[in-house]
Amino acid sequence: MSHDPHSHAPERMRITLKVWRQAGPEQPGRMETYRLDDVSPHMSFLEMLDVLNERLLAQGADPVAFEHDCREGICGACSLMIDGQAHGPQALTTACQVHMRHYADGDTIHVEPWRANAFPIVKDLVVDRSAFDRIIAAGGFISTPTGAAPDGNALPIPKPVADQAMDAAACIGCGACVAACPNASAMLFVGAKIAHLGLLPQGEGERERRALAMVQAMDAEGFGNCTNHFECMAACPKGISVETIARMNREFLRAATRERPATIELGGA
Amino acid sequence: MSALDSKCPSGPIAERWEKHRFELKLVNPANKRKFHVLVVGTGLAGASAAASLAELGYRVTVVCIQDSPRRAHSIAAQGGINAAKNYPNDGDSIQRLFYDTVKGGDFRARESNVYRLAQVSNHIIDQCVALGVPFAREYGGTLSNRSFGGAQVSRTFYARGQTGQQLLLGAYSALMRQVGLGRVRLLARREMLDVVVVDGVARGIVCRNLASGAYERYAGDAVLLCTGGYGNAFYLSTNAKACNVTAAWRAHKKGAYFANPCFTQIHPTCIPVSGAYQSKLTLMSESLRNDGRVWVPKRANDPRPPAEIPAEERDYFLERRYPSFGNLVPRDVASRAAKERCDAGFGVGETRLAVYLDFRDAIERDGADTIRQKYGNLFQMYAKITGEDPYLLPMRIYPAVHYTMGGLWVDYNLESTLPGLFVLGEANFSDHGANRLGASALMQGLADGFFIVPYTIAGHLAGRKLARVSEEAPAFEEAERAVRARTEQLLAIGGTRTADSFHRRLGRTLWDHCGMARNASGLARAKAEVRTLRAEFWEDLRLPGSGAGLNQTLEHAGRVADFLEFAELMIDDAAHRGESCGGHFREESQTPDGEAQRDDARFSYVAAWEHPPQGGDSILHKEPLTFEHVKPSQRSYQ
Repeated sequence: MSHDPHSHAPERMRITLKVWRQAGPEQPGRMETYRLDDVSPHMSFLEMLDVLNERLLAQGADPVAFEHDCREGICGACSLMIDGQAHGPQALTTACQVHMRHYADGDTIHVEPWRANAFPIVKDLVVDRSAFDRIIAAGGFISTPTGAAPDGNALPIPKPVADQAMDAAACIGCGACVAACPNASAMLFVGAKIAHLGLLPQGEGERERRALAMVQAMDAEGFGNCTNHFECMAACPKGISVETIARMNREFLRAATRERPATIELGGA
Repeated sequence: MSALDSKCPSGPIAERWEKHRFELKLVNPANKRKFHVLVVGTGLAGASAAASLAELGYRVTVVCIQDSPRRAHSIAAQGGINAAKNYPNDGDSIQRLFYDTVKGGDFRARESNVYRLAQVSNHIIDQCVALGVPFAREYGGTLSNRSFGGAQVSRTFYARGQTGQQLLLGAYSALMRQVGLGRVRLLARREMLDVVVVDGVARGIVCRNLASGAYERYAGDAVLLCTGGYGNAFYLSTNAKACNVTAAWRAHKKGAYFANPCFTQIHPTCIPVSGAYQSKLTLMSESLRNDGRVWVPKRANDPRPPAEIPAEERDYFLERRYPSFGNLVPRDVASRAAKERCDAGFGVGETRLAVYLDFRDAIERDGADTIRQKYGNLFQMYAKITGEDPYLLPMRIYPAVHYTMGGLWVDYNLESTLPGLFVLGEANFSDHGANRLGASALMQGLADGFFIVPYTIAGHLAGRKLARVSEEAPAFEEAERAVRARTEQLLAIGGTRTADSFHRRLGRTLWDHCGMARNASGLARAKAEVRTLRAEFWEDLRLPGSGAGLNQTLEHAGRVADFLEFAELMIDDAAHRGESCGGHFREESQTPDGEAQRDDARFSYVAAWEHPPQGGDSILHKEPLTFEHVKPSQRSYQ
């Protein structure tokens, strides 16, 4: 099409990659340098890594391990620190949706894994984020067994409330918030789930238990605290607001000052 | 008794499921904890099944291939989920959802199953609302609906453009609650590599721990495969990169028949291919066809930018050919119509393999804000990938492989021909016939997991005498030995070509000859190509590293090896079915208007293929399809 806005972009770019390589959890890591001469501006960032890996394979070298799956910004698997920014330079964009047209011929790009004590490295750019699953298992749910639900319209939920819950529910669990935070805090992730479920009338019954249990699990996993840098919100590909952290703090305080359910033992929150 | 006993109950169709549930055996509450169920996969079907079974009191072990169960590919479904609630008061009913689904599937699905699906659809919405799924709402607080292809009522529930994500996170939260309660053992980063059969019953699985490289054995009383579809056989598809046929294929080789493998869905609205490095294709939700109009220029190879082409020089070909359904015809019909225009030289964009999906009229009518509210995230995704603003320029779209209606054959209980092996969701063949309607995949996955298998599994657990099996039993030894040997064989080839390069070539062959249009000579050629490619793969694969620890290339190679075997069955199935139906379009069998021409006299059956135990050709078994309630007709959306 003659309207192609990228017709000005060069057909092939030269890119230098500096990539974190680490053979396993206990092995030392290092930055390795790779040069690619044939990067198309239409490629996604991950497709560029595919090209690098095909080349490494051709040389008999070990390809770079990185996490990816849907490649359309929704599964939350991809997890790259690109030039020190979680998911790279574009706002509201996962690494898999970054395209090379945003880089210039001759650029050097640093690629590292998420760094946080609670996300130990598995290999190269792959980290273990199962801490997030354990936090959800502690309280990130509404306890309605299958078959026990009333009619979907039995409980009207005003559109603004449903919309606000949806804003928080959009979290993809990628961990960019943790990676971007100087304290490696998971409060945006936890706050988003507490806000999503706490805003809905269905979630009312477990409001206190949920806040206490999820915060306790979060602390037990070794995530840091929030000191209001708001880097998490800047890095979040889904635009989750730090207001959810404020809501989490309110919910926690409210729950902690009320009579506690007997099953909850408070941790170091 | 025939090898293919569908076990469908008899009697009035509306009462069959209730009657069947009453006739099924029950496991008493105290005995449930004695049974151990293995669930493979954590998409909508797997997560909802595992959660529901654990709630009932069964012991459950769940394995998933991703680092977290929340990443299963159900998460990427955009548009919505159907149910026959009739909240809009527009004439919907269980009967109508049933009718639309049977007709949409071009009369190649089982009536009893589809009716049951329509019956439980309403409970799914209730359950998901209760789990906290933030569906779209009206200002008064009631649930919103929108319309989707193949239906003239609005029955689709949605959560912005990310309904699959919200439903999956709902099912995941129910699953994680059970994990927290200690009733489900969750094992992430595990790939199932074989089903273990003891005394003719599926009693366990062998997995590779993808992080450590260790082989692990799990014994149980039933195995649930919830491992999705095989669209990635085509290399380029809208599936996530990890989607594969391996679990289903290995189960097939252990005795589960594979049904209708040639029934693949090509989705009409995807972002076109842009280059040889392309790793996947991205879907643009069908919901966009509610407001977007599909067109190409009336003049072939028209060089003008779209804005300079006046309305009278645009061919809104879906509205022209199908005035009553317009842009909302079913997916197979829309895809073929787009292909027809492009093949005839009317395609747009650099590659000429694209048509426009234009929102200009909708934006003029409703304003950009309304359109943004409905489709904002889809427009954003399109802009990110293509660098173009769909508020100003029409989207360019082209069909892409999206969903597979074929899958392991299951009876009414969702049990395969391998006793004790149940298959749920996209991995089975049931319900969608030869074409799936939009917003029905999420419905089926959750129906199977929440509301069907929790009942039907009791028939197996209480109905068969299941002796205790040990993970040290010879069948486990043998299964583990075989998968280890296969991995070592892959690593030992020492050739020159990568698994990805083989996969791309396989995809090209299937797309060219077993894609949107198929014919006898093309299929014969494809079969020969696949055989050659498979031989080359086992002689010339290059695979670095070892099986110890994380090795993503090794994982991919194993999946490509299975795709190379499976592809031949897909081609055989397409070649044997000499009719067109739904997504399976045989060029030899079309109406004068170029629509799919079914041949009910010869092909009104499910083709279920048995893996030949001694090698040789796959063995075809037929399950006849009879239609008592929806009279088969030439599908017309005109």
